[in-house]
Amino acid sequence: MPLAAHAKALRPIRSHVSLLPLLAHLHPEAIVARRGDDAITLRRFLADIARVVAVLPDCRHMLNLCADRYHFAVGLAANMVTGRISLLPSTHTPETLRQMAAFAPDCQILSDGGEADAHRYPLPVTAFPTLSTAAEAVTGERDVPRLAPAQHIAWVFTSGSTGVPQPHRKCWGRLAISTHATAAALGLDPTRPATFVGTVPPQHMFGFESTVLLSWLTGGAFDAGRPFYPADIAATLAHAPAPVVLVTTPFHLRTVLDEGIPLPTIDRVISATAPLPVELAHRAEAGFGAPLFEIYGSTETGQIATRRSATTPTWTLTRDVQLTVSAGKYWISGEQIDAPTPLGDLIEIVDARHFSLRGRNEDLINIAGKRTSLDYLNRQLCAIPGVRDGAFHLPAAERDGHVTRLAAFVVAPDIHEAHLRAALRERIDAAFMPRPLIYRDSLPRNATGKLPRASCEALLAAHYQARGKARHARSRSLTLAADHPACVGHFPGRPIVPGVVLLDRAARALAAESGLQEPCWRVGSVKFIRAIKPGVDVQLEWQAPGANGAIAFSLSDGAGVIASGSLNPATGAA
Amino acid sequence: MSTTPSCADEALIAEVAELIVSALNLENPASSIAADAPLFGDGLGLDSIDILEVALVVSKRYGFSLRADNTDNLKIFSSLRSLADYIAAHRVS
Repeated sequence: MPLAAHAKALRPIRSHVSLLPLLAHLHPEAIVARRGDDAITLRRFLADIARVVAVLPDCRHMLNLCADRYHFAVGLAANMVTGRISLLPSTHTPETLRQMAAFAPDCQILSDGGEADAHRYPLPVTAFPTLSTAAEAVTGERDVPRLAPAQHIAWVFTSGSTGVPQPHRKCWGRLAISTHATAAALGLDPTRPATFVGTVPPQHMFGFESTVLLSWLTGGAFDAGRPFYPADIAATLAHAPAPVVLVTTPFHLRTVLDEGIPLPTIDRVISATAPLPVELAHRAEAGFGAPLFEIYGSTETGQIATRRSATTPTWTLTRDVQLTVSAGKYWISGEQIDAPTPLGDLIEIVDARHFSLRGRNEDLINIAGKRTSLDYLNRQLCAIPGVRDGAFHLPAAERDGHVTRLAAFVVAPDIHEAHLRAALRERIDAAFMPRPLIYRDSLPRNATGKLPRASCEALLAAHYQARGKARHARSRSLTLAADHPACVGHFPGRPIVPGVVLLDRAARALAAESGLQEPCWRVGSVKFIRAIKPGVDVQLEWQAPGANGAIAFSLSDGAGVIASGSLNPATGAA
Repeated sequence: MSTTPSCADEALIAEVAELIVSALNLENPASSIAADAPLFGDGLGLDSIDILEVALVVSKRYGFSLRADNTDNLKIFSSLRSLADYIAAHRVS
């Protein structure tokens, strides 16, 4: 949709509101961000904004791809003080960047990815400049920039249902209202500015609001990095000055808690992007010694509700938001939203300030916090040359706390799977890549051309059954009895299964499975990779006999391969 | 194990390949993962969700926690061999 189509009449912001500051920090030495031991002051932040302003190209729209949260924030601020508009798409695939260029043809990229980035994108790239040092920032701008509430600062995009990202206008006044309301709902103490540590990128709406905007407008500081592995997250939290707020997702929380490492006590945990299982909320509160708040929101509305998930399943609207029912839909309105907006989720109203979630619209997809719609994905799949028909499917089966991946069915007799996957990766976020991608001669569409969920489930079940059968033919489980006499005595008190016992059990099982009568096995090769305890179930897998009759086999347990090798059921004397 | 190699041998590489396949429930056999091909993006096609899942299994299996120290988070996972080398250098069991 071209820009002009969005120049609709918008609800005016209250006229008595005057210019709003970019951030709440007042003293030039107030800390705005931290990178390791480096505390970046307001004075340096203002100097860095000036440096970026000096290199910004002559264009109105910027796509800020800086991976460093501080770089992103400086770039965003530079855009704001020069009246530029930031584009925030939900993903950065080549196809999305082309769509951004079509939406705003003047758009250019700001990147901190170094030399390699200059030629990676289909749009002109401006390199993020060298930052100022504390000494260099002593002179220069000291006033915090102020912006008109109605200043349009960003277009945030949802994937929409037409295959083209849908833009949503964000102006500064409404973002500020929403951010202040969220801070109040989270109970952040304005007299004790927090350090925000985010595991989510600043370009994502949740990360944008809950790391950059929340710290700007509450006088806090954010960590410039984005700790990834659980041990990195724990170390960053432990290193950050109190009070510390962790901004994360259910998926990251689960991996941090499952890692079993010591966690520091912090002040708040904030989770969003997907519903958090209550059991995980309890574990997080115990692990971090802090209340956990979930935030509910959408790209269209911003953050609109919170809940203390360990104590209640009910969401409380933030103070400036209203929820109403009209024409069978639930509408969100309030000072922070341009116009009343329908919710994509199915909800139940508890009272004027509270609601509970009852499920999602079936077309909407959320994989580890990344959102899109089946329609969007299907259009991307079918747009690949050579694809005659295709459909994505969200499998019903869920592994608790794990990420469920999409499946896809495709009719594309002339395209190899690797080629099709590469083409798809150009178009959709990696989180939505199908597993499995199932080739079919045709799709069982009904009379109206639809592919019902039940049909998709049946196709998927058939696929797994076929795969299971293929596996079953050459796999079986073995139980290694705990009382086998050979198991005791290897290590006092810690018996292990000797390799020769493993080999013996494998050979006997292979003889039985192959219908061989007392074969005289020759060991081609065998590798014992890891010792195991007696009494566990192991999986024996083998391949069809090779030309010389040798059978390659492997033994594994839930954690991987224990032993592998080949055995030859030679006849005659060994 | 008496010594800690800093370079993974073929057995460890095969073992880590199996670990990836089982942790992620992949359809392709472990033997199809080339030691030097990229694991994410154009290679095996893993993403950051997979990498955290594998990192968790690696920490349980080899007794250490992966760290990137805010440098390139995905560098350890640039290939099967680089992951196996990292494990060989850090494993405690």
